[in-house]
Parts: sequence; structure tokens; C-alpha cells
Amino acid sequence: MRRRQLYLRGVATLRLEQDGCMGCGMCLAVCPQEVFVMAHGKARISEQDACMECGACMMNCPAGVIWVQSGVGCAQAVFHAMLGRGSEACCAIEEKPGGGSCC
Amino acid sequence: MAEQAFVTGKIETPVGTVPQVATGVSWRDRWGAFRVRLGFGRMRYTVEPGLYGVGAPRQDSPVLVTANYKLSFDHLRTALAGHDAWILVLDTSGINVWCAAGKGTFGTAPLSVQVAASRLAQLVGHRRLVVPQLGAPGIAAHAVKRQCGFSVVFGPVQARHLPEFLGRGMQATPAMRRKTFSLSERAVLVPVELVIACKWALPLAVVLSGISGLFGPAAFWENVREHGGWTMAGLGSGIVAGTVLTPLLLPVLPGRAFSLKGAVAGLMAGLAFLAVLLSRPGGAGNDFAVWAWLLLIPAIASFFGMEFTGASTYTSLSGVRKEMRIAVPLQVAATLCGMLLLFCARRLP
Repeated sequence: MRRRQLYLRGVATLRLEQDGCMGCGMCLAVCPQEVFVMAHGKARISEQDACMECGACMMNCPAGVIWVQSGVGCAQAVFHAMLGRGSEACCAIEEKPGGGSCC
Repeated sequence: MAEQAFVTGKIETPVGTVPQVATGVSWRDRWGAFRVRLGFGRMRYTVEPGLYGVGAPRQDSPVLVTANYKLSFDHLRTALAGHDAWILVLDTSGINVWCAAGKGTFGTAPLSVQVAASRLAQLVGHRRLVVPQLGAPGIAAHAVKRQCGFSVVFGPVQARHLPEFLGRGMQATPAMRRKTFSLSERAVLVPVELVIACKWALPLAVVLSGISGLFGPAAFWENVREHGGWTMAGLGSGIVAGTVLTPLLLPVLPGRAFSLKGAVAGLMAGLAFLAVLLSRPGGAGNDFAVWAWLLLIPAIASFFGMEFTGASTYTSLSGVRKEMRIAVPLQVAATLCGMLLLFCARRLP
């Protein structure tokens, strides 16, 4: 298997409250980075640093036991947010044609 | 948007006439894809939202959901060659599935609204929607079920895996669930990065050449001829290092932060640039110029390397914020020092 590309260590805000987990496996299904594994009928975070904070797991956890400060890991979007232009994600509806550059 | 060239027929259904789309790629599709890959007209490359069919879909045919970015739509319809299926296109303002999901336009409520607007419940006998896995940041499967009665099955990350996914009875393998970032996936992003960087850099290059002209030792045009070319080449080296070398060499460049990877690529490009510069008679002029370029090229490359986080598939917002807090001040400092040294190099003999 291909070696996984990892981003910065110890920054991802992902949290999983295992007590309430029903073991449905939705988080394993939607995660594009294989962050979760299933062990003894409950989901577990196996690689915290692989989390890209897309928020798919939190959105699709029917038990509501996953939390992540979700957003788009895009420097351009952070610049836009600092300049007060639009929200965090720059992949928004751009008024000016050809504008926007991060997606 | 009256005419859509990929519509090749009509399907009569209980809910009205549904456009039938081709599964082949025309020269027009290829030209459109080529243009947007270069970054031209990317925000206006759309298809009309709504319901479409491929092949001869029936009551029991699967319903596949996608965004109205034409590149996404084309990937989907061409992957379905030989299949009978319905395609439900959400209005994401021409944004791809993943970005639109992050933004919420490819989301639970818009999906439920589109399902109702297209009268899907009267069209198909089943109650199942296949949503691309990368739509999951915007779509909560359990909430869609509540809102419109359809259950969501998350399909593969890549449309090209759909035939296998459908063949397996809508079961995805781990490989279909993983978002990779291979060399070819990175290479296809290089043109748009390069074009966008050049849009920023061209005015800057003109200004820098003007500065070399004004402050150089000789007359204006002589200075521009003498130094302008080298200034442009130095700037170009930084841009190429940040937008071409960094994406291509991403996994082998040291560090995890993209700004660091970019700076290392910039250092390599800077040394190559200086090797050429110093091999010329007269060379760089003096040590100031050497140090100036060793600061400027890595700083420029670091900036554009950092910008590549937006195109990458595995960077988090928390991580980008952290690296920017450290990298942006360093990039600014290096650029200012570099410009100052370049100025000294031009003024001093």
C-alpha cells in the first residue's frame, strides 16, 4: 500500500466520544483519509494526524458523538477570511468572472 | 443556457421529458476541460441543474447525484458508458462536489429540495440516492432520509470506480473510499497554479524591471536591458519552484508544512538560477545580488507552495492556520530583505 501523506502533527481538532458510539460505521465510510477503524463494535480514531477536518464524519454521525472544527485547509481561503471577504471557504460563488483560485 | 451539446436525446417519463446525455467525450468537452485546467472561465463552467438520464433508465435504475460543475458532470456521465441511470444535478454554482459540500451548496437541504423538484418519488420505484463520498461533508445521510424519504448510499470518491461499485451491489472497497494524491493527480493541477501565479506576477515583474531601470547605474533602458531580464528570470524561478516543483515533488520534499516544502524547492531553484547567473561574464555583479536571490526565490516559492494547500487533498484548516502564522511573517521579511539587497546590488559597484 502507498505510504500515506500526512500534514502537520497534532493540530487536527477531531474528537470522538466513544461511549455514545453505536458502531454504525458511517464515519469509516465517509472519511477520505481512513482516520477511523472499527474495534469491538465501536469506532476509534486510528490516525489523528491524517484528519483534514472536512467534517464528513461529524455530519454523518447519527449518534452525534464526533466533533471537529471543520473547514477548508486552503491558504487562499484563510487570506480571504483575514481580509473579511466571504467566509472561510473561498470556493464560494464568485461575482467576478475567473476569480477565486482555490478549488 | 439553452443548448447543452452533451444532450443527445429525450426520455419520456411519468414526470415529463428528461434529457438524455451522451457518455462519450466530444472535442468541445475536451477543449472546455483544457481551458478550465488552465484556469480560464473556471467559475462559469456549468451545466443546468436538474434531472438527466444516461442509456435507457427505468423505474429501478440507480439515481446518481452530482454538482453542476461541468468537469464533475462529464466525469460522471462518461464513467456510466453502457449503464442505464438517472443523474440528479444540484445547483452548486459551478463548484465541484467536494468544495461545494464544504460550503453547504452540495448539502442536505439543497439535495432534498432537488429531489422534490424533480419529482423523483414518482419517477423511480426505489428510494435510494447514490451520492459521491466527497459530498459527505455537506450531506448527512440520516437527515436526507428524514427530509425526503430517500436513503443515501455514499458512492466511490472517483466516478471512474462507479461501474465496479454498481456491479458489487453498491459496495465500496477501501480503495474506492480513499482520496489519493498521486503524481498524476498533482500534475494536472500544475497548469492552473502556474497561470494564477503568473496573473499575480506579471505586474510585479514590470514594476521590478522598472525599478532596476530607474535605480540602476546607467540610463533607464540600458538598465532594464541589463537587469530586467535577470529580474524576471529570478522571479520566474521562484514561481516555477512554488507552482511546478512543489506539487510534483510534494511527497519527497522535506517537512510537512507546504511553505517549508516550497522554500526547499525554492532554494534548489535559487541555486540553479545563481549557477547560471554566475557563469556569465560579469556574473551577478556582487555578493549583494547573490544573497538577494537566495532570499527572494525561496520566499516566492514558499508562498506559492503554501497556496497549494488549497488544491491538495489532505491539508486541514487548523494546520494551514498554524503554518501561515509562522511562514507568512518569514516570507514577508525575506522578500523585504531580498529587495533591499537587490537595490544595494544595483546601486553599489
